[in-house]
Amino acid sequence: MTNVTMTVNGKSVSAPAEGRTLLVEYLRTGLGLTGTHVGCDTSQCGACVVHVDGRAVKSCTVFAMDVEGSDVRTIEGMANADGSLGVVQQAFQDHHGLQCGFCTPGMVMTTAALLAENPRPSEAEVRHGLEGNICRCTGYHNIVKAVLAASGQDADAIAAQ
Amino acid sequence: MHNFEFVKPSSIADAVAAMSTEGAQPLSGGQTLLPTMKQRLAAPEVLVSLTGIAELQGVCMGEGGLHIGAATPHAVVAREALAHYPALASLAGGIGDPAVRNRGTIGGSVANNDPAACYPAAVLASGATVVTDRRRIAAEDYFQGMFTTALEEGEFITQVIFPIPQAAAYVKFNQPASRFALTAVFVAKFADGVRVAVTGASNNGVFRWEEAEAALSADFAAGAIAGLTVPSDDMISDLHGSAAYRANLVKVLTGRAVTAAR
Amino acid sequence: MPKDTGIGASTKRREDVRFLTGRGVYTDDLTMFGQAHAVMVRSTVAHGRIVSIDTAAVEAMPGVLAVFTGEDFKDVGGNPAGWLINSRDGTPMREPKRPVLAHGKVRHVGDAYAAVIAESYAQAKDAAQVLSDATVIEELPAIIDMKAAAADASNRVHDEIPDNICFDWGWIEDNRAAVDEAMKSAPHVVTLELTNNRLVPNAMEPRASIGEYFPGTGDYKLTTTSQNPHLTRLLVCAFVMGIPENKLQVVAPDVGGGFGSKIYHYGEEALVLAAAKRLGRPVRWTAERTESFLSDAHGRDHVTKIELGCTKQGDILAIRTETYANVGAYLSNFSTATPTFLHGTLMAGPYKVPHVYVNVKTVFTNTAPVDAYRGAGRPEATYSIERVVDKMCRELNLDPFEVRRRNLLTPDQFPYTTPVGLVYDTGNYQATLDKAVELADVAGFEARRAESARRGKLRGMGLSTWIEACGIAPSHLVGVLGARVGLYDAATVRVNATGTISVMTGAHSHGQGHETVFPQIVAEKLGIDASSVEIVHGDTAKIPFGMGSYGSRSLAVAGSAMDRAIDKIIAKGKKIAAHMLEAAEGDITFADGKFSVAGTDKAKTFGEIAFSAYVPHNYPLETLEPGLEETAFYDPANFTYPAGAYICEVEVDEGTGKVDVVSFTCADDFGNVMNPMIVEGQVHGGVGQGIGQAVLESTSYDENGQLLTGSYMDYAMPRADDVPFYTVDHSCATPCTHNPLGVKGCGEAGAIGSPPAVVNAVIDALHRGGHTHVSHIDMPVSPNRVWQAMNA
Ligand SMILES: Cc1cc2nc3c(=O)[nH]c(=O)nc-3n(C[C@H](O)[C@H](O)[C@H](O)COP(=O)(O)OP(=O)(O)OC[C@H]3O[C@@H](n4cnc5c(N)ncnc54)[C@H](O)[C@@H]3O)c2cc1C
Ligand code: FES
Ligand code: FES
Repeated sequence: MTNVTMTVNGKSVSAPAEGRTLLVEYLRTGLGLTGTHVGCDTSQCGACVVHVDGRAVKSCTVFAMDVEGSDVRTIEGMANADGSLGVVQQAFQDHHGLQCGFCTPGMVMTTAALLAENPRPSEAEVRHGLEGNICRCTGYHNIVKAVLAASGQDADAIAAQ
Repeated sequence: MHNFEFVKPSSIADAVAAMSTEGAQPLSGGQTLLPTMKQRLAAPEVLVSLTGIAELQGVCMGEGGLHIGAATPHAVVAREALAHYPALASLAGGIGDPAVRNRGTIGGSVANNDPAACYPAAVLASGATVVTDRRRIAAEDYFQGMFTTALEEGEFITQVIFPIPQAAAYVKFNQPASRFALTAVFVAKFADGVRVAVTGASNNGVFRWEEAEAALSADFAAGAIAGLTVPSDDMISDLHGSAAYRANLVKVLTGRAVTAAR
Repeated sequence: MPKDTGIGASTKRREDVRFLTGRGVYTDDLTMFGQAHAVMVRSTVAHGRIVSIDTAAVEAMPGVLAVFTGEDFKDVGGNPAGWLINSRDGTPMREPKRPVLAHGKVRHVGDAYAAVIAESYAQAKDAAQVLSDATVIEELPAIIDMKAAAADASNRVHDEIPDNICFDWGWIEDNRAAVDEAMKSAPHVVTLELTNNRLVPNAMEPRASIGEYFPGTGDYKLTTTSQNPHLTRLLVCAFVMGIPENKLQVVAPDVGGGFGSKIYHYGEEALVLAAAKRLGRPVRWTAERTESFLSDAHGRDHVTKIELGCTKQGDILAIRTETYANVGAYLSNFSTATPTFLHGTLMAGPYKVPHVYVNVKTVFTNTAPVDAYRGAGRPEATYSIERVVDKMCRELNLDPFEVRRRNLLTPDQFPYTTPVGLVYDTGNYQATLDKAVELADVAGFEARRAESARRGKLRGMGLSTWIEACGIAPSHLVGVLGARVGLYDAATVRVNATGTISVMTGAHSHGQGHETVFPQIVAEKLGIDASSVEIVHGDTAKIPFGMGSYGSRSLAVAGSAMDRAIDKIIAKGKKIAAHMLEAAEGDITFADGKFSVAGTDKAKTFGEIAFSAYVPHNYPLETLEPGLEETAFYDPANFTYPAGAYICEVEVDEGTGKVDVVSFTCADDFGNVMNPMIVEGQVHGGVGQGIGQAVLESTSYDENGQLLTGSYMDYAMPRADDVPFYTVDHSCATPCTHNPLGVKGCGEAGAIGSPPAVVNAVIDALHRGGHTHVSHIDMPVSPNRVWQAMNA
């Protein structure tokens, strides 16, 4: 084990890792940041999505050592400075975009990255952008609405079309 | 997953040195290698990460066409190849999902040569050149059947060079679960003829559909292949599609790619 | 005007805040001091005799603390089936022992026969691999196909069960002759053979369990991914491990979805408890997704022949079915109820059909156990009925909407006794059908079809009118039907001295939003602010009793218990108020959070009453006990019967066979609705799963019993771009007549009503496109299957 250092949610952190330690293990076990979830072992479900240097990645499919020195953001770092919900988080609550909450951290992180690249996505772009995040609870209806709402669009009107 | 030693060189020269260690294997985006290691189907002793090497990154026009560094993620290709080679950019933008595209690289994909992967179709249809740390390999010679390539022990890809066709399109039909290509076709029209490469369909990996190439070289219109039939003998048959179904897809998708080509 | 608080308001969910900030606490998020890690060693063959397990091969490996095999559990009990079903000839079902770890034989790929406990997860995993290699299993032929299994007495999943049949059930056996007669004399008979495809539930949180043992007191604690911690405790204590119930606390913290798969008790839960005791340390286990695929209880898996006798005008005269239902290698807890009482009793659908007979043969195979998955039995019934009704319309050239209208029960017929043993209390099936027709703009279909055709797509429309029975269950009735336990529920409402309230409920929320909805009801009834009400669930140490959440029962059963407990609180509050206000108890009224003396302005607030219940200076101790806490149990008088009409439109790509669901409309009757936002979310989720079943999801074993769809690489989960926005309505409500809230349950509806609507739409599209030879395609209607059907 060696100590691996990176910036997580704005703070410089360091925790032990082996070569095989996945970023998600580093976050959950090493740092106690259990908001990032593991839902599969084939890199498909997206429950583990975090941002590395501003881009969405599946933290179950990256070695901690490979992102040493990077700037990592997790669901724990998404609220506003005063602790209130961030825009994406608030939109998910407002539109009931979560039920059991297990896929939610990944959904929020993917959404935030999507909107950073494409601030006014169409419904089709949202659905395409969420392709790598599986939710078993919501049937996606309210998730897609939440993403559209977070981008400042009238989600109800778009959904009714 | 078995443990290993992790090294992250910052130059091609250092990577070459690291790759000469016994049991060394390159790691690019890890989007294929990590799941494989989790299943214990791969157990390298040394992993040489190629993503910290600036020389392996980037998309630019150069001699022979569009040069793409081996460690360039799909998302970057989707963005930066758009102006030069839209069909290739659209292919890259349709691989996996955003998170996969942010990590997965062209080098890793071409090295892996998954029979259902996207890039091999573009490489073969474009007549691209695969450049390694030691030589240049023509697409024709590079792909040698599913998961098999001309790469030698310790050799790694540094760049892929794509000649730019007059018109091209990639049409992918998703396998419903993995969303890799159940079958996909890349059609590229060059001044000297049309090339058609098919992925996802054959037991022998990516291949060129030569009959269609001849027909389309004579008349670049979807109707030109109407009379052709695709033999299903060598086609993959699995849960998601029978051999006959895949043979049908090859023809349907080729027609659609011709219509979509620009 | 929509309300903004209380019953009927779309109150935003309070639990969301923790989930959205990464502060939810799921089982695997917990770290216990001194914990060790368990990894299960699972069979790689479907059927085999265990010859030897060389535990010595791993005992000395780094970090290994203990190894368990089936031998360690051979003297403890088995994990039982909850319902005892008798065969038609009166013989009881065959119930083989389901051990904690396989002993003697392994019976499906993924059957755990050993477990390794080590200091770290990686060490346990390494050792499990070595132990697997050091195990000799003599492979036996795999029994996969149900009909072949039932026909061959020589090859047996359980050596003591000759024909691999668990039971051969007839419902209702006494009606059989009359049904046969009606079928014989019917002017037209429609026959359809279909498969209800096997599904893997795939809650996104994989199962996980942590066992702890406290040697000082002899207490155990199990933290586990369960929909019903009390039931798990009952099973572990009374049936499997023999631990006294007072010595085991079961906690189900935040649970990431269940859909049925987390109702059941699994061997890993007993294993971590036994291991924790042996090692004197907490022992944790978390499934990898691959293990979930192999070892979670699967759903559905019926092969059915259904016949429908009718007039030439489409009046249904009789329905007869013969079903083979796969139970897999062992009986999971609800596995015998699902294909029988949750399926056969629904086989009349929402129709006035005089004669119905259902035969179900449940068969053991070398596959994972099969049990209730969202809808459980009712989707299977609905699919069979709605597909055969659709086929009838095609054969007789009748309009599917008109035929439904002819056959649906009418409001004046309630309460209605069906020929399959249920009494529907209320409903208005015409209203939901009309609503769906309006919302789906059926009149505009032709224009949409023409527009699709211009884009080269075949468009079709499919309808399903469905009913289900939920809120399980009336304990007396289910007792008669073979349930080993009654299924009532309990709630304790504790009013604290300062007027805040804790509600201890036997329901368990794993996505349903109880933490928000239950307080809405309490707040409305007590005239207080919902924010002062807290729901406590998922912990046997805090809650008197409960049967958990499944079968759309939470509000209808546990919610009713809570409602009763609140009534008791009000009654006691009146007594206290009478004393404080120096009035007769009978003169006290309670409204808007105030206890008042009728006809006066004398009143005490709810908070004042609560305060004086605990810390009074002046209290009639002799006549009235202090405190304000009440417990109520509720046993439903009947099932509840949600019903509705669903309309689906699809586009089919003729070149590739790909089906796109382009619109989906639901008009449901759930009775009274407590929180429309949450109800709609439940329907969305159910429809998403139903579309998944119809179009994408397939669980496939090869002839050797290897699971071919053992990961998301091959098991197609619905993704955001596989589904459209849904149109959901619940305005045609007929409140349930026999529970205090008038609620019917909405958790499973979407998954029950949607698959036939999708498949009916696909067949419709193909017929409109000229492929009139296609009368049926089994689910999932994958591109490959649709293309093959078109080109057959
Ligand atoms: C959810 C998901 C969906 C996907 N969908 C698609 C899809 O639709 N279409 C598609 O084509 N692919 C898909 N992929 C695969 C993805 O494109 C991978 O990124 C790619 O196949 C491998 O690239 P990588 O950079 O991740 O390589 P790695 O995983 O790092 O490596 C793959 C293999 O190549 C070797 N290697 C890596 N780099 C080099 C090099 N420069 N020279 C020589 N050998 C090298 C490695 O040793 C390893 O054996 C998907 C993957 C996932 C996880
Ligand atoms: S855990 Fe499923 S993609 Fe990472
Ligand atoms: S909210 Fe449960 S999986 Fe998405």
